[in-house]
Amino acid sequence: MLLPLSGALLLVLPTSDPEAPAAPIAFVGARIEPVAGAPIENGVLVIQDGLIAHLGALASTPVPAGAEVRDLSGRVIVPGFVDTHTHIGSVEGGDGSAPIQPEVRALDSIDVLDPSFQRARAGGITTVNIMPGSGHLLSGQTVYLKLRRGSTIEALALRNPDGSVAGGIKMANGTNSRRDPPFPGTRAKSAALVRERYVAAQEYRRKRADPDPEKRAERDLGLEALVEALDGKRVVHHHTHRHDDVLTVLRLREEFGLRVVLHHVSDAWKVAAEIAAAGVPSSLIVIDSPGGKLEARGMRWENGRALVEAGAAVAFHTDDWITDSRLFLRSAALAVRAGMPRAKALEALTLAPARMLDLGERAGSLAVGKDADFVVLDGDPFSVYTHVLETWVEGRRVFDRADPGDRLIAVGGYGAGSPRAPACCDEEEDR
Amino acid sequence: MRRITQVALCAAALAARTAPQDLAVRGRIVHTQAGAPIEDGVVLVRGGKIAAVGPASTVAVPAGMETLSAAVVTPGLIDAHTSLGLAGALNYNHDRDELERSSAVQPELRAIDAYNPREELLEWVRGFGVTTIHTGHAPGAVISGQTMIAKTRGDTVDEAVLVPLAMVAATLGGGAVHEESKGQPGTRAKAAALLREELVKTQAWLEKRARAEAESKPVERDLRREVLGEVLAGKVPLLVTAQRAQDIATALRLAREFGFRLVLDGTAEGYQLLDELKAAAVPVIVHPTMFRAVGEAENLSLETPGVLRRAGLLVALQGGYESYVPRTRVVLFEAAEAAAYGLSFADALALITIDAARLLGIEARVGSLEAGKDGDLALYDGDPFEYTTHCVGVVIEGVVVSREKR
Repeated sequence: MLLPLSGALLLVLPTSDPEAPAAPIAFVGARIEPVAGAPIENGVLVIQDGLIAHLGALASTPVPAGAEVRDLSGRVIVPGFVDTHTHIGSVEGGDGSAPIQPEVRALDSIDVLDPSFQRARAGGITTVNIMPGSGHLLSGQTVYLKLRRGSTIEALALRNPDGSVAGGIKMANGTNSRRDPPFPGTRAKSAALVRERYVAAQEYRRKRADPDPEKRAERDLGLEALVEALDGKRVVHHHTHRHDDVLTVLRLREEFGLRVVLHHVSDAWKVAAEIAAAGVPSSLIVIDSPGGKLEARGMRWENGRALVEAGAAVAFHTDDWITDSRLFLRSAALAVRAGMPRAKALEALTLAPARMLDLGERAGSLAVGKDADFVVLDGDPFSVYTHVLETWVEGRRVFDRADPGDRLIAVGGYGAGSPRAPACCDEEEDR
Repeated sequence: MRRITQVALCAAALAARTAPQDLAVRGRIVHTQAGAPIEDGVVLVRGGKIAAVGPASTVAVPAGMETLSAAVVTPGLIDAHTSLGLAGALNYNHDRDELERSSAVQPELRAIDAYNPREELLEWVRGFGVTTIHTGHAPGAVISGQTMIAKTRGDTVDEAVLVPLAMVAATLGGGAVHEESKGQPGTRAKAAALLREELVKTQAWLEKRARAEAESKPVERDLRREVLGEVLAGKVPLLVTAQRAQDIATALRLAREFGFRLVLDGTAEGYQLLDELKAAAVPVIVHPTMFRAVGEAENLSLETPGVLRRAGLLVALQGGYESYVPRTRVVLFEAAEAAAYGLSFADALALITIDAARLLGIEARVGSLEAGKDGDLALYDGDPFEYTTHCVGVVIEGVVVSREKR
């Protein structure tokens, strides 16, 4: 009788995580920058069951009885970073067969055990939008993940209320998707091809709803994904650099009622007022020098400041491997150098991008009831000398610089590498 | 008459733009890189050269002399290896002159014949304090061509150039392998064989030339052999880009076989061969600290500059070369990461000032703030390595080339 019972227990055990602490953990003494509120000196952060249970100043916030107390005096706690645009995990997207491939899902290609995932955790990143590759008008469906420890994409995936894997749509314009036919050769052709497909999706949506089964359209995976974009269930993450291409995206959004996040936006400083007037958020990249192609020649580190001053929402992204996930804080710091307010710059790594992924209710800031996603730093978030010490996702530590294996990933060294560059990332064809 | 006036005006304008000006630079801290930092220091520049350096209490600024002031003053920065000026911002054919792919071996390609002193990214790096660059043909071919050393100013290559032929650029390992291209090696062993073959041919040519000269016979010119002859004679170093340990070992092996002056470039896995590098006393221009950890460089470490320097090697840092973005890195930021990953401030600054100058053999001109050296300075409103600090002024040979806050 005992044997079958212990067998059943063994089957159950692996699903309950031995590292997930049952007792609350109290982190005391750190400077806490919750983003959603004023910084707290000598603070207390209590987490339990993957969520933030208490948050406040040590003087006024009781540490629950039975809590494991960890002294973080001299440290800084900030919310886990949200990267709206990354290519970690050797992600792939559409192939060379067509410029618009909405049926292609990034989630079907990602290696969650690739060292690039741990590099992202080493950079304090807790939530990502992994984007399929570049060089298409529409290269596929993106996927939103929490960087939990796990061996499958499902273990990391964020879910929509209906249980489906959360994600957006990746689009691009400008020179990115210009190639030989069937790809477009001009900007106007690019816009026409995209409009044609969204018009087809509108028609498909109507025909799918036909009460007569005879007249009802057959299922079409690509158009189905575009309908989700039309219905606002999928955010369109739109690569765009030049000022007029930015305005083309806004025009497309207006025509089809899309929910759009602008990505890269090298010329943001030229059209910040128009972007703000449209109420469209921007996710910026910060590169060490402008150029790489004509349409990115105008890139400025002042983009963050310009958008903030215009009243538009701003995030940063790594576009990893274009910039290194381990240095994500640096992107915001360089924007501060160019005049972006520090609080806005920290928000642009946390709450602002969380909102762009419809995750602002559960991630992006430190508040009671939100996910226990946070980063422990050893100093000023925007100092070059500051390092990420620990990264926590939903109450579990997923990166610890004191651990030799994690330190190898954080610093680099023999055995830290990924032998292949990802097949993605706006590379050579992007000229 | 009118034309003459215009010409005269243009000449006057040109002179005003480039003529060295006597000026003083005062810093709350002056990092001379020649001794301890000076608190409240002054650097006097006369005729383009540094005339005096010292505490403000001992170095008097003549009345009426323009004085630039900043929180921190350093020597003008040196990027020890880049392709800037051959590689341009736009990355289209018309500004992509850093790598010629028609042949694996082309040491006859001179950097001075391709350098564009008006490339906009030169102004970009200069705005952060970079005043000297070692630039030229990029890694990516067994021998891609020659390199040169220039100041980040001048309207012509002749105005910019400091050393027209600095090194010959070679690559070993995966970086030299282009399986699909005709005439290019398909494996790393083949790349090494191609390089050895060229050097053996050059040895034979040198012997032939020596015989001809001994017999007072005319010697036929051969551009390729002439420059490789300079390498074998030890006059021009061979700059070998190698990232993986086995390719670094190959570079050391070839240097022993042929006796050329080796300067190693990249060396992502150099930390694996510290004893060998020390034994060879080879100078190393480490890959940019923020270089991408993929492919050949997958095992790079942010701590490599510190590890190699502490091993006693002469180490410099570089902006490097990217085929896509960023078209140039800023060596100031690469040194900043080196400081964040194991080097002291002074040692990290040395990687882009005095040690870079020594490695490039130009320390008599640049790399530190000492009387007699070029008046090249960078001014900052705080710790130069901090992300949020700004460069607030740059001087090259007594000319204020940037006053922009960047």
